[in-house]
Amino acid sequence: MATTTKELEIQDTAARAAAASELEGYQQTTDDLVGEKLTLNMGPSHPATHGVLRIVLELDGEVITKADPDVGYLHRGDEKIAENMQYNQFVPYTDRLDYLAPLANNVAYALAVEKLMGWELPARGQTIRTISCEMARISAHLLGIGAYAMDVGAMTVFLYTFTQRETIYNLCELLTGARFTTSFTRVGGQIRDLPEGFIDQLDKFCDEFIPALDEIDTLLTRNKIFLDRTRDIGVISKEEAIAWGLSGPNLRGSGVEHDLRKANPYLDYRNYDFDIPVGTIGDCYDRYLVRMEEMRQSVRILKQAIKNLPDGPINVVDSKQKLPQKERVLMSMEELIHHFILVTEGLDAPAGEVYFGAENPKGELGFYIHSKGGGVPYRLKIRAPSFVNLSILPKLLEGNMMSDTVAILGSLDFVMGECDR
Amino acid sequence: MDWHIIIAASVKIVVFVFLVTLPLVAMSVWAERRVSAAIQDRVGPNRVGPAGLLQAVADGIKFLLKEDFTPDHVRKGYFWLAPALVMVPALMTSAVLPFGSSLFGEKMVIADLDVGPLFVFAVASLSVYGIVLAGWASNSKYPFLGGVRSTSQMISYEISLGLSVVPLIMIYGELNLSSIVQYQAENGWALLPLWGEGLSVKGFLLTIPVLISFIVFMTSMFAETNRLPFDLPECETELVAGYHTEYSSMKFALFFLGEYAAMIIGSGLAVTLFLGGWSLPFGWLTPESADAAVPWWHGLIHIGTFFAKVIALILFFIVIRWTLPRFRYDQLMRLGWVFFFEIALFNVVLTALLMWWLA
Repeated sequence: MATTTKELEIQDTAARAAAASELEGYQQTTDDLVGEKLTLNMGPSHPATHGVLRIVLELDGEVITKADPDVGYLHRGDEKIAENMQYNQFVPYTDRLDYLAPLANNVAYALAVEKLMGWELPARGQTIRTISCEMARISAHLLGIGAYAMDVGAMTVFLYTFTQRETIYNLCELLTGARFTTSFTRVGGQIRDLPEGFIDQLDKFCDEFIPALDEIDTLLTRNKIFLDRTRDIGVISKEEAIAWGLSGPNLRGSGVEHDLRKANPYLDYRNYDFDIPVGTIGDCYDRYLVRMEEMRQSVRILKQAIKNLPDGPINVVDSKQKLPQKERVLMSMEELIHHFILVTEGLDAPAGEVYFGAENPKGELGFYIHSKGGGVPYRLKIRAPSFVNLSILPKLLEGNMMSDTVAILGSLDFVMGECDR
Repeated sequence: MDWHIIIAASVKIVVFVFLVTLPLVAMSVWAERRVSAAIQDRVGPNRVGPAGLLQAVADGIKFLLKEDFTPDHVRKGYFWLAPALVMVPALMTSAVLPFGSSLFGEKMVIADLDVGPLFVFAVASLSVYGIVLAGWASNSKYPFLGGVRSTSQMISYEISLGLSVVPLIMIYGELNLSSIVQYQAENGWALLPLWGEGLSVKGFLLTIPVLISFIVFMTSMFAETNRLPFDLPECETELVAGYHTEYSSMKFALFFLGEYAAMIIGSGLAVTLFLGGWSLPFGWLTPESADAAVPWWHGLIHIGTFFAKVIALILFFIVIRWTLPRFRYDQLMRLGWVFFFEIALFNVVLTALLMWWLA
């Protein structure tokens, strides 16, 4: 089954696109300004910066003349930490990258290391990972839209989305034992198979989620004030989006049809029938619409995954590289030795360099692993989508109004944990 | 000096302001939290007292006990003056609102002025000084931006607020709020002319400008009270807390309660002008004239009617707040100056033409 592209058209698109490209930032500032400008420090602790982003704004009245984002307040040195631990030990650190979609991070990291090892998961394992990825996508987009709505003043939407996220958290708890820091994957598989009753609950969630999403739709999508706040604000053209290396919904909002699930199908995404929504103008509203539609598509994928869930093993079968079963470790000498060696020395990874990028909720989360053999990477580089997506911020904010800052920040939907790493 | 008037006025002030309006402020804070919780599938405060009714009292005690911190960099005199300037005008405007017909021969209005609406607008517009001063005296950037925004916002909407009332004054031919209510009690509410002289072609036709006035008036009232979707001066997501960022303790509470007091008085004014004040529909229990004595239980029913209507409007304010996003500053100004100002102006002309044609 092939994936298709779904274009989100809103009326008089062509005229708006022309106007948007003509006038970059609807408020043009003149050079001969009278009076002094106000330098405003926004963040690192500010309600609209979603974490610890700091932006130094230069204001002329309410119009922003210069914006200088300052990242790094949440830098923990994740990449350096990775060089000092075995591959499996780094999994919990990936929870804390994009902490709104830890399951998707776990999967992306595991896939990267598996690419280095040359492993491929059995069918059931892949479907389980797909399910967890799409759950993470819904959860992350829900928060993105909720926080976005709250930034433009619609607080109620935020709580509606959180009600739904609560259900997803319950599912995460059922699946992994943790609600937030899931650490679900290991290199070559998952920590456990789907628990009893999980599929039923997931199915129930899928059925209940769409009406809830429609409710959010009715509150925001056609709301005149919301449209005024988001349409033609923070326009990113196709060319700019590519030039700045944006990815995820922000890239697709600008009309670039690029989704790694479709462009470079990993896991078992090629087996599912789903649309890739793309925007037309690249304004804040398009990015909002793309996220809304992606959630619906995620539900479609989940529904298909539930229907076609294969049986069989969930983990790679490799007696030398996977931890043996605990009972057998206690009973037999060979397994005890395997266990000891795997735990002390880690995987026996081949030397080489791999890059794997997964389509995460925020964009392309890539892991570049440089291995010189052995259980520890020589270098692990994380391509954080939030970091790259934020790079266009100075360009976007300039010429807009102070109030648009929150709309634009909300529409970019970044997570500082991932950006600063 | 007539001691009777002074004593009666003092009693009415104490009872109306301290025993009715301020508890109503506290109750509307509670209602806001409970209604917003209901809208958002939450529970809301339900621990202090029955159904959380005493939550506002607990909050008040908390505010009183907090450290009243004045930062070093502020202009102290203005900084201290500002919260009072927000609260006092809101309470002062309540002086001319007729909150009942009469009780034991006393008219249920603190000051029966012949220039009611003018007094309300004159005093209510003073509260903008409180916000401007707070923003300015805080000597800090976010409050400053909040103060600047609120100045322009309130000035823009004051005009349409004032203009939206003009058609009503033309229809009533009267500026005394008590007489206005009495007129509505006898001849149908401005928005519901179904009895008395209102039950005529003239009454029905005049409802059109009155309805336009009502919409403009309510919208401007939202802007005047700085509530969503017009809460730009304090929109928390961009300006942190706007003009009261630097305030704490009871000074902050005064801003906070001032908003609710303004909301209550605004609702009271809307009820008085458009919804027949204390009068019951279809002329039930209407007194003979504005000054006629009524049985005490009639008086109590009238007072109850007035507050029931006010509470209904407050609930309307609350529901709107929790369902709409916020405007952007320039959109708000455009709405005020281009849209509402012209509509209100056109409405005055329309009313004049209608009245000339119907006369």
